[in-house]
Amino acid sequence: MGLSKLNGLYLDVILDHANNPRNKHDIPNATSKMTIHNPTCGDTINVAVEVEGDRIKNIGYTGSGCTISQASASMMTEAVKGKTTEEALDMAKTFSDMAIGKKHSEDDLEKLGDAQILTSIMEFPARIKCATISWWALQRALLKKDDEEEE
Amino acid sequence: MANSINDSYQDFPILDQKVNGERLAYLDNAATAQKPQQVIDSLVHFYEHDNANVHRGVHTLAERATEQYEAARTKVQHFINAKNHNEIIFTKGCTDGLNLVAATYGEQNIHEGDEIVITIMEHHSNLIPWQQLAIKKHATLKYIELTPEGTLDMEDAKRKITDRTKIVSVAHASNVLGTVNPLKELAKIAHEHGAVIVGDGAQSVPHMPVDVQDLDVDFYAFSGHKMMSPTGIGVLYGKADLLRAMPPYQYGGEMINTVHRDETTFADIPFKFEAGTQNIAGAIALGTAVDYLEEIGMENVEKKEQEIVDYVLPKLEALPYITVYGPQDPAQHTGVIAFNMDNLHPHDVATALDAEGVAVRAGHHCAQPLMEALGVSATTRASFYFYNSKKDADQLINAIKATKEFFNGGTI
Ligand SMILES: Cc1ncc(COP(=O)(O)O)c(C=O)c1O
Repeated sequence: MGLSKLNGLYLDVILDHANNPRNKHDIPNATSKMTIHNPTCGDTINVAVEVEGDRIKNIGYTGSGCTISQASASMMTEAVKGKTTEEALDMAKTFSDMAIGKKHSEDDLEKLGDAQILTSIMEFPARIKCATISWWALQRALLKKDDEEEE
Repeated sequence: MANSINDSYQDFPILDQKVNGERLAYLDNAATAQKPQQVIDSLVHFYEHDNANVHRGVHTLAERATEQYEAARTKVQHFINAKNHNEIIFTKGCTDGLNLVAATYGEQNIHEGDEIVITIMEHHSNLIPWQQLAIKKHATLKYIELTPEGTLDMEDAKRKITDRTKIVSVAHASNVLGTVNPLKELAKIAHEHGAVIVGDGAQSVPHMPVDVQDLDVDFYAFSGHKMMSPTGIGVLYGKADLLRAMPPYQYGGEMINTVHRDETTFADIPFKFEAGTQNIAGAIALGTAVDYLEEIGMENVEKKEQEIVDYVLPKLEALPYITVYGPQDPAQHTGVIAFNMDNLHPHDVATALDAEGVAVRAGHHCAQPLMEALGVSATTRASFYFYNSKKDADQLINAIKATKEFFNGGTI
């Protein structure tokens, strides 16, 4: 077995997102930002969104982390850009549900775009946090009250 | 017991298994050590034959349990060469022991303007208790820094420890850098300035001979689980006169002489610091682990680990994409080896090594200020114990090479 077991985790799409991250930059006109630390590994992810009306007009992320967390952040930003905040929150819920083994319909999964691939992370319990941290940051950024402190 | 240290792995049932289809190479000993059959048997034997509460009953089982519990204390006393068995306090672990000292001795003796000196390589459990004490008491927390070679800067130690210093607390061996700090010399400096010195022995007691009287440390804490005992048992050594002058840590059963409506007189040491029912089976199993280590001999444990380091460290350093932290000279390095692979995050490395059967730790190793000083957010750490072999070392090196190939020059 050995490393071949990892083929399902480090798929080409995932490596591509990790090596060529999309939307990895700050958002100058951000309406909300959220920073989350992963206390087990010391990784940090900053998500910034620019919401206009009820739509995510622009989104970006910065920070450092492992292949999985970086790829996940990249996929997440691609998936939710242009969506309404309600749609984005639904997607975040689908993703975090999948990561803890709850089933969702094919339709829900389709909506996640590339990001649905990362639900394969369930096979690697120690890495679930790496994949969900960016979705969690998105959720927190969208739900944040103005006076709420960043993590 | 196995005939020689090189066969000692046979005493550890857990090591005989495959992980992800590969032979298990357990290289996460700095996090926790595996348990030999002898220790497992001693736990089972206690619960099957002798289980009772200690120091309370007059019945036969209570007597047996008490005798074995106190015998374990004496074993630990001899193991670290304490002057008296009443200087050995059973705790939950190293963290518990360090918190005990901060909450009692520290609470009593640290005042506004005083200094507490620790090092930048401390584990969070020998950092946060002092940091919080300093905040509460308006005292100053100072850090001894590293030399460029990754060892403790003793010149800096001489500058940082002053007449205002009341407590110096230092890891005897680092859980990241693989260095052994000159604790005896630091104790001398601390004492010259009228300060006490606390040693964090979590990564030293399991791996090398330790003599607390020779080191002349005032307090010394370590964990049982890193020396093949169960979790939830540890030891705090303290000099008797200091322990006697300290207030209790917790209140309750076992730690009293007499209790009246409005006052209590406390038991003598060590019982003053052992409130409530202790981890009796754990303490007895720790005694068995001490027996096991003494049978092998701590000099031999140290020598075997040094042999493995002499073998594996140059192999690691020869890989152009590997950075090893701490001293590069094997003679100055313990079996704890933290490293990074170019462009690969430690988490990805650890997942890949696990797929090859190699168990290592990835992360900040509860030493975030040290990670900051090293300029990294995390590292991968392989840590060896005497039951490991060159075979484990080869498996690590081969798995690292395979990982490099898998990610093909890779990512992040
Ligand atoms: C140097 C050092 N100090 C303290 C500790 C804390 O030990 P425990 O978690 O067993 O209390 C550790 C454990 O990782 C350590 O490596």
